[in-house]
Amino acid sequence: MSEPLVLIEHLTKSYRRGDQVVEVLRDISLNIPAGEFAALMGPSGSGKSTLLNLIAGIDKPDSGVLRINGLDIAGMGESDLARWRAQNVGFIFQFYNLMPVMTAYENVELPLLLTPLSRRERRERVELTLSMVNLADRMDHTPNELSGGQQQRVAIARAIVTDPTLIVADEPTGDLDRASASEILGLLQQLNQQLGKTIIMVTHDAAAAARARTLIHLEKGELIAGQAA
Amino acid sequence: MYSLRLIFKNAMRHKLRTGLTVLGLVVAIFSFGLLQTVVDAWYAGSEGASNTTLITRNKTSLVFPLPLSYQARIRAVPGVTGVGYANWFQGVYKDPKNFFAQFAVSGESYLNIYPDYLLPAEERAAFLHDRKGCIVGRKLADQYGFKVGDTIPLKGTIYPGNWELVVRGIYDGRQSSTNTATLFFHWDYVNETVKKIMPRRANQIGVYVVQINQPENAASISAAVDKEFANSLAETLTETEKAFQLGFVSMSEAIVMAIRVVSFVVIIIIAAVMANTMAMSARERLGEYATLKALGFGPAFLALMIFGESMLLALVGAAIGIAILFPFAAFLGKVMGTMFPVFQVSQLTVLLQVVAALTIGAMAAIAPTIRAVRINIVDGLRSIG
Repeated sequence: MSEPLVLIEHLTKSYRRGDQVVEVLRDISLNIPAGEFAALMGPSGSGKSTLLNLIAGIDKPDSGVLRINGLDIAGMGESDLARWRAQNVGFIFQFYNLMPVMTAYENVELPLLLTPLSRRERRERVELTLSMVNLADRMDHTPNELSGGQQQRVAIARAIVTDPTLIVADEPTGDLDRASASEILGLLQQLNQQLGKTIIMVTHDAAAAARARTLIHLEKGELIAGQAA
Repeated sequence: MYSLRLIFKNAMRHKLRTGLTVLGLVVAIFSFGLLQTVVDAWYAGSEGASNTTLITRNKTSLVFPLPLSYQARIRAVPGVTGVGYANWFQGVYKDPKNFFAQFAVSGESYLNIYPDYLLPAEERAAFLHDRKGCIVGRKLADQYGFKVGDTIPLKGTIYPGNWELVVRGIYDGRQSSTNTATLFFHWDYVNETVKKIMPRRANQIGVYVVQINQPENAASISAAVDKEFANSLAETLTETEKAFQLGFVSMSEAIVMAIRVVSFVVIIIIAAVMANTMAMSARERLGEYATLKALGFGPAFLALMIFGESMLLALVGAAIGIAILFPFAAFLGKVMGTMFPVFQVSQLTVLLQVVAALTIGAMAAIAPTIRAVRINIVDGLRSIG
């Protein structure tokens, strides 16, 4: 049997706040197969965003096994990890995190600067991706000229333009009205079902979580329900 | 291309802040250049001095003259190829505020030593043949409207009486740094009058101008000249023309030093202002830097963004500051007239301005870059929202 895309065993993570050490994740073991759309749920402080950050390779665990697509990312150095993220992870943030001075086109082009693609190839890729999120007619607009839903669609286009192995979304609908949120969740579902993208999404919203295929529930840094290893 | 676009757009994000920062840079680079130009003007005489020219003066003090008879003995010193002489005249042209340098010189022998004074052959000949003739520099002529054939009345101070000189030529400088704000006329004319009214001061000159064969022989020839007149009533002190000129500058060295210090203080102040601007910009963008790092961009890209923006502001400020310095220096040079015979922006000043701008840009970017590079991605992302 092949290894799941995300393999986590006995993962722990703690932070130091002043003199105190706060244990955020305790002995987490979890498998997420390729092509999954998983929702990480839990109350504030449960450690769901921390777990997402570890899986995305922007934070490091204290102990345990963390393998993505067979690669031990916990043991990688900063520059290797940065390269790995550029090639394998697409990020969707709650507040979109777009470059405010750049157009939608330029924002989507940004991750492609780290690839060997030519300018022409980049243009083809960006235009295709923006049309996938129905923003082909808004590519010359800057973020402040777009609605929240449109900005998040630009962020989704930026996340998928490099064709990553894994898409991580941290509260992708947290800053949106219901209609825009539904639209974004539909888009994520499409990416998962039609393109087979593996998506791990942190959410507070039960309606958003209901769109995922798997629910992973965390409470006080421990796994309550989900697909255990 | 993308990076340049991002740098430019980042720089233009807060137009007022950017505008004020650039304005500060313009003022600082302009002031720095202007003060450097003032210092250069101070040293212009020594900078324009020839390596093969020595000045022989009375060892006791410059105010004491030397006998005319020394000329032949100096000429006989091995290595000496020419000897001229000059006297500071200090006459008043119409009003004491119309100050400009006037020298009574030895005519042809003097002009031969200074080939940087470019005078048409016919004007040179006219000057040499007219005992009451004089030549004036282009800057002086422009300032007072002197033309060939004009009579310049001077009221003597060191040499009493009314002296009327006829302009026989207007000389230009071979180089832009050549002093063209001086009037030269014949020492013979002064001496003839002095013989009549003050016979005891006749046949006395201020300094000898000695041309030598090789610059490297300056020390030995100076020593030989001074040895020639050792233990005489008028012992001599011979030094290079540059050292002679610097002797005058050293009298006002404290002022020059103060100007230099102020020019560098201006740069330090604007560097602090610029560093503050960049620090503010970087602090506002920590979330963006964290996002870039999350996407896989490394420290080099972040450094490029911050240094690029800082350098862009610094260079734009410098370019404007340098551009306005030239017309302003030209204007100031005219206003100050003959107070500074040479007042122009040198290539070295422009180079120093560019170096100062680059230094300001680099210094201002260091701290924000370190902060951006060191930012923890998770902490940086948390700052958004």
